[in-house]
Amino acid sequence: MGLEPAGASVAGVAVLAGVLGLDVVSFPQAMISRPIVAATVAGALAGSPVAGLACGAALECLALETLPVGASRYPEWGSASAVAGAVAATGAGPLSLPHPGMFVVAVVAGIVAGWYGGESMSWHRRLIARFARRRLGRLAEGDRRTVYALQAFGIGADLLRGALNGLLFFLPARATALWVSARWSLPGDLTRAVTITAVAAVAAAALWIDFHAISGTRRLFLLSLTLGTLLVVIGV
Amino acid sequence: MSELSTSTPPALATPAFTRGTRLRILVRMLAIQGSWNYEILMGNGMGFCIEPALRTLPGGREGTAYREALARQSAYFNAHPYLAALAVGALARAECDQVPPSRIERFRTALCGPLGSVGDRLVWAAWLPACSLVGLLLFGLHGTPQAVLLGFLLLYNAGHLWLRIWGLHAGWHQGLRVASALGHPVLQHGPRYIGRGAAVCAGLALPLAVHRALGGGDPLGAVPIGVAVATPLLAVVLVRVRGRAEGWRVVLLMLVLCVLYSVTR
Repeated sequence: MGLEPAGASVAGVAVLAGVLGLDVVSFPQAMISRPIVAATVAGALAGSPVAGLACGAALECLALETLPVGASRYPEWGSASAVAGAVAATGAGPLSLPHPGMFVVAVVAGIVAGWYGGESMSWHRRLIARFARRRLGRLAEGDRRTVYALQAFGIGADLLRGALNGLLFFLPARATALWVSARWSLPGDLTRAVTITAVAAVAAAALWIDFHAISGTRRLFLLSLTLGTLLVVIGV
Repeated sequence: MSELSTSTPPALATPAFTRGTRLRILVRMLAIQGSWNYEILMGNGMGFCIEPALRTLPGGREGTAYREALARQSAYFNAHPYLAALAVGALARAECDQVPPSRIERFRTALCGPLGSVGDRLVWAAWLPACSLVGLLLFGLHGTPQAVLLGFLLLYNAGHLWLRIWGLHAGWHQGLRVASALGHPVLQHGPRYIGRGAAVCAGLALPLAVHRALGGGDPLGAVPIGVAVATPLLAVVLVRVRGRAEGWRVVLLMLVLCVLYSVTR
């Protein structure tokens, strides 16, 4: 099989997951936490940016479905993509796509870690609220040290939250992926087809719903979809 | 909105807004949601961002005016994090102009709703998905990992940083009349045009990205044709069950079943 468990170090994934988790809401929201970026970086860390990119593109299709609006709950794709990208890259060459079994488990790990990450964001917000509640008096007095302390606490706790999310999921996900890959029996192209059909359908459905809001947009989508399919067939 | 639409500018001269202060505020705005919580939402972040401008108030950092203004600006607030720059600029200006506190508070409350809805529509519902689709298109066009990352990040952050810088500038210069800045063509018509661009990009990106992710072989083989047939069918099902099942949960179930089948057969 040639799948080596070597790759990204646990510490590396944890640090990356912390930084990417922080980007989702707290700092700096530059969208380095989007799966297509985060999983690629994690894949590069594990030795295969292309495998990370393929996994990131799959998770990006799922991320198109969720809008990170204010207090709403949504999967936290930053730290989750760090886990998924590092798992997908395990055993893959620098320029090769991930092993089919690794790919499926990486996407599953990304979804589960993303869901858990979304829950942990909610706990994090409650934790800051508790910290803030005890200091509302000093905030009302205009104490700048309290303002700074709240910011530092929130950002520090979020960094830790993302790193813990990475730690919690990376080792079990990688171990599961190695175990699954060793027993994988479905043909590689069929495995990829199932995974890609699922994520592409989610993206298409989400976009179809979103495009409803602007007149003529669905027609444009269908026209360009036809053109895109033709480009694939003629081999662009 | 009444406070936004009926406000008149204060008669005071424009206070100094030095480059250093502007830069400090801009950098701090990247962390405006650093202490986002269910108690005061981004209120503390607003105080944190506006604080450098408040240092110019009479008495400086230890003065009563500074402490009262910081307390006002650190209270409950919510808006879109990028468009909050408009509020930061306008409220910093109002504090520096020493507008009566009751008026600042009313104005601050009135800003929350519009800045939230306009920002969500422009950024989360239009700009971010459009940039994501550009990233997927670059992936589908066999872009290298570096090209995909740079393409997405440069495009997205050009819009992101422009919005923050423009917002701070417009907020400071318009002060309590900042409502007129919400009529900027980008905010008013941007979602429509970006949405159309995203539709074109999506149509091109999906087949190309799917083809690359499948390994880039013969597009008329059994597997790619199967994907081309199954994907729209599944998408129709997902559109129909919308509201009852999120797509990622459906994908999770499908892939777990796939793993179980593959390792046990």
